[in-house]
Amino acid sequence: MKKKLIELRNVCKSFDDEPVLSNIDLFITDKEFVTLLGPSGCGKTTTLRIIGGFETPDSGEVIFDGQSIADVPPYKRNVNTVFQKYALFPHLNVYENIAFGLRISKVKEDEIRRRVKEMLELVNLRGFERRNVTMLSGGQQQRVAIARALINHPKVLLLDEPLGALDLKLRKDMQNELKNIQHKTGITFIYVTHDQEEALSMSDTVVVMADGKIQQIGTPTDIYNEPINAFVADFIGESNIIDGVMLEDYKVKFAGQVFKCLDKGFDKNEPIDVVVRPEDVDVVKPEDGMLTGVVTSVTFKGVHYEIIVDIKGFKWMIQSTDYVAPEATIGLFIEPDAIHIMKKSEYSNMFGDYSTFSDEMDHLSDIVEEDE
Amino acid sequence: MKFLSRFYIFIIFAILYAPIFVVILFSFNASGDLSSFSGFTLHWYSELFRDGQALIALKNSLIIAVTSSLFATIMGTFAAFSIAHSKNKYYQKTMKAVSNIPMMNPDIVTGVSMMLLFVGVASILGFKNSLGIWTMIIAHTTFNLPYVILSVLPKFKQMDKNLIEAALDLGCTPVQTFFKIEVPCILPGILSGLMMSFTLSLDDFVISHFVSHPDIQTLPLYIYNQTAHNVKFSMYALCTLIIVTIFLLLVAVNLMGSKKKKVPQTKKLTGGVSR
Repeated sequence: MKKKLIELRNVCKSFDDEPVLSNIDLFITDKEFVTLLGPSGCGKTTTLRIIGGFETPDSGEVIFDGQSIADVPPYKRNVNTVFQKYALFPHLNVYENIAFGLRISKVKEDEIRRRVKEMLELVNLRGFERRNVTMLSGGQQQRVAIARALINHPKVLLLDEPLGALDLKLRKDMQNELKNIQHKTGITFIYVTHDQEEALSMSDTVVVMADGKIQQIGTPTDIYNEPINAFVADFIGESNIIDGVMLEDYKVKFAGQVFKCLDKGFDKNEPIDVVVRPEDVDVVKPEDGMLTGVVTSVTFKGVHYEIIVDIKGFKWMIQSTDYVAPEATIGLFIEPDAIHIMKKSEYSNMFGDYSTFSDEMDHLSDIVEEDE
Repeated sequence: MKFLSRFYIFIIFAILYAPIFVVILFSFNASGDLSSFSGFTLHWYSELFRDGQALIALKNSLIIAVTSSLFATIMGTFAAFSIAHSKNKYYQKTMKAVSNIPMMNPDIVTGVSMMLLFVGVASILGFKNSLGIWTMIIAHTTFNLPYVILSVLPKFKQMDKNLIEAALDLGCTPVQTFFKIEVPCILPGILSGLMMSFTLSLDDFVISHFVSHPDIQTLPLYIYNQTAHNVKFSMYALCTLIIVTIFLLLVAVNLMGSKKKKVPQTKKLTGGVSR
């Protein structure tokens, strides 16, 4: 068991009587890459700001390296932040921006020079020393912001949606680079994002948050394969979430059929939520299928086709590399290990089937616009 | 249509600038007579610089303008800081309105009320000579303050609030953050406030008239006294010099304001990351 570096105990925070965080319990170990993942307004940024010292919790404890730091101001914390909008100092050039923290702590000039050079190499910005930061591209500004934070050798680096403003290609490159930097420096990274793909591909541990509460903490594979409730299942990747009943151990009934599964430990006939990932469903002939349905739409996505199938009024999403024609009747085959059973939660009936898919997409693009 | 609009603008500017041109023109008039222009001369300028009283008035004006604009800039910047950093929206709005009222107040009202205040306070404290250079500096600082707040406050508003957090994050105390980050970011506002107060102070007549001691004259007061009865041509020369000074200051303010914005366009963005 690694050493706990940061611990939040029962942290609560409200803004104008509106609770933003309720009873957050979280610990982060040394050298870990932790991602706080959740939709806008879930409290992930507030959690980060509490660790950075920019917000004080209403109640609860923040423990850093064994000591409570709830009342320690940000400039005395051994933590540095990469801000969402970079927050580079416009009146200083690249060199001075990166050297800023060292100058404040009165480090000697030749050591500053050495460490700035080292940082510029780490973030691939050799030769940019004298550049004006306002004239750099978004990706370059981001690198300066990372270098400016890392040069102080913090124990923890906080990153608040650092790649949010970059385009897709650059974002992927920066994801890899950030991961490399974390490996090289061995600094604990706490990363905030609403992009589930980013969270899964970069993190050691993902903390899924919604409505000011932690929903699930786990490794990316745990979170994806064994979501704890309908919210997590819906937020991470695509999923068909179906009402079901656990008949007995290893036997579940949903969509009017009884299936074998690998889950146990539920009450007899306990109502549950079933998750089936679209890529885990095989398309077969109608007579070979465990379920049969009518294809309502097919969308080509490059790697696969996204097929919406109507099964007794419930629209399933299936991803298949084989083309099927719309209006065709097809059979579906689901392996026992493709079925994941979740206990009922407050989110159980909030995520319907894919009949509202297009509306949902509109809603998602609204969120993206808000973020910008 | 285009011609008409050009012509219209020409007329407007002709009306605006005609008096200034007349003064400049007659400051070089050899005849010493308003009815005719008989030739170019610098005589009035040399007469002006031999006029001891005018030079003393100039000295007074500069002392008052420099001290009052500096005081107003320092006080106004801190006031703007406090208004901008308040989290209470109503407080912000109220303070802005309160600081704007003195600007709208007619100078003559400000002048009379300041004179009353100074005379009253002096008599309570038992001073004989209530009005002097210090009362003028106080008065000028007072009427300059709202202009400084007006030019500094928007700069605080425009500043990215994350910069303050970034500085705190990198180890700056709040005081270090103010001097190392906030002041450089709002510097254009501070400088334009400083210049504006300097020029306002330099050309103020009405308020100065009420709060000055008869022995201590500023340039506008001196010019008024010299021209009230019979016109001295050296005063035209003085006016011309003041116009030129103000013009140069304005150009300087504008250049400073636009310098920052122009830089990114003139230098070419060379993108790409060295790998």
